[in-house]
Amino acid sequence: MSTDWLVFRLGLQNTATYRTNFFFRALFGLIPMIAAIAIWQAIFRSGKEIIAGYTLAQMLSYYLIATVIEMTTTPTEDEWQVATDIKDGTISQFLIRPIDYLRYRFCLFSANRVIYTVVALAPISLIIGWKADYLLPPANGSALIGFACSLALSAVLQFLLVYLTALLAFWVLEISTFSFMLLAAQRLASGEMFPLDLLPRWLHQLLMLTPFPYCMFFPVTVYMGRLDTNTMLQGLGMQAIWIGILFAATRLVWERGLRTFTVVGG
Amino acid sequence: MDAGTTAAISTRLRHRNESLRFYPSLYCSLWRNSVTRELGFKANFLFWLLVEMVWFGLQLAFIGVIYQYTESIGDWTKWEVVMLVGASHFIQQLFQAFLLVNCAQLSELVHTGKMDFYLLFPVNTRFLVSVRHIDLGGFVSAASGLAVMIYAARQMHLTPSLLQIGAFAVLSVAAIIIHYSIMFLMATCSFWTVRAQGLVMAYYNLFSLTRVPGAAFSGAARAIFTLFIPVLLVANVPVKALLGTVGSISEIARLLTMSLACFLVSSFVWRAALRRYSSASS
Repeated sequence: MSTDWLVFRLGLQNTATYRTNFFFRALFGLIPMIAAIAIWQAIFRSGKEIIAGYTLAQMLSYYLIATVIEMTTTPTEDEWQVATDIKDGTISQFLIRPIDYLRYRFCLFSANRVIYTVVALAPISLIIGWKADYLLPPANGSALIGFACSLALSAVLQFLLVYLTALLAFWVLEISTFSFMLLAAQRLASGEMFPLDLLPRWLHQLLMLTPFPYCMFFPVTVYMGRLDTNTMLQGLGMQAIWIGILFAATRLVWERGLRTFTVVGG
Repeated sequence: MDAGTTAAISTRLRHRNESLRFYPSLYCSLWRNSVTRELGFKANFLFWLLVEMVWFGLQLAFIGVIYQYTESIGDWTKWEVVMLVGASHFIQQLFQAFLLVNCAQLSELVHTGKMDFYLLFPVNTRFLVSVRHIDLGGFVSAASGLAVMIYAARQMHLTPSLLQIGAFAVLSVAAIIIHYSIMFLMATCSFWTVRAQGLVMAYYNLFSLTRVPGAAFSGAARAIFTLFIPVLLVANVPVKALLGTVGSISEIARLLTMSLACFLVSSFVWRAALRRYSSASS
């Protein structure tokens, strides 16, 4: 435990150096949301009250909450750092030390998210302030508790997805193409671009079988109270199952990767 | 600095006396060098092409989903917006083909100290750092954007006149200059911050606004993204020229003026940054 805490604190200090970088990243990261809000406002202006079961306030809240989730839980630099560690051979020091690399990265990821969230507070409150009239509070007490749980699980899920992609660096020189593919899949299938229930029902149901909706769409719908208690618990279960599957996958890939891994020099 | 670029420049320098032809012929050499480089990484080239296609498809899917629930965004119909997304992709990919990689690498040149070499060449440094690599995949992606535009035009039974197509071409060039100037400006800031990770992400996020019909925005947001950071003009105005929906000539003038203004600001900041440059090496 104390090692984890140490790594976490180290991570805080390291990332705090890049706070300006984080600030601009957070600031520019808000732009796609501003675009989505403008588009939906224009659509609702044409006279419709409810679109696909969403009122204007619900639709805008969807994007605002999704942005908060992204700010707090989505990994930013982690995959590049893992890939660099593998390519440089830095991970060799973890092979001879009694510290697990995945665990080490997770502590750093947590530290990253803390700093990022703090830095992003200013721009995000600006945007929320701008659309404050439209931000709905959590549906009820259980929605709030469910949201907190799903948010934490979403962070772990997203971390594992990114970590797994980064491990490809054992085999390929450049992970950026894979990383951008993952990002594209997440944009669409996690519900970052639009609520997934806008899609045809069969496609929506199909996507719910993948891990992506549990990164964003699911926590937002929990917050908004769009699910009954049973469905919410099922969703939390799905998050846990996907975490289990991805964790097992990272272990397997790590073992395989180490077999092909060669360190040159000291 | 890679050997290819150095060789290209030194070959050209020997023929410097024909100075009118110097820059075009230098540029041709850089092209040859880039093509050779790209051919060395064929799989990478195809992968990137695939990534670009997926992202483009994603944007079109977004429009497809949205228009299931509405007939218009502002006064833009579905196929008009599809054309806008196509044009935005076309313009962005041309910028990517000619300039983006170079802008993205600027911060690396600064923080590795490689910038020194570029400053020493008796060639305009901004020219050299901006155009030395060409991304061939960008041309293929740009063609896909054009194909989508043509498809959308056919759906609308739209046949633009030669004048409209000419206007679109000219306005697209102005739009590429805006892309370039803003990206170069952001990259130049790496002279101060040294590291510019996430620069490309910031660029993509900012220019995602080019795909949105300007009519969707109102108030302060519209003013900021038209008059201050003119991303709402970049693809909107060229497409309006094709559609024949340009409100007045001042709209076209605004895009051209903003493109010039952006270029001048980026030049000014670039010079200020160069004065501040004090090499990263010992």
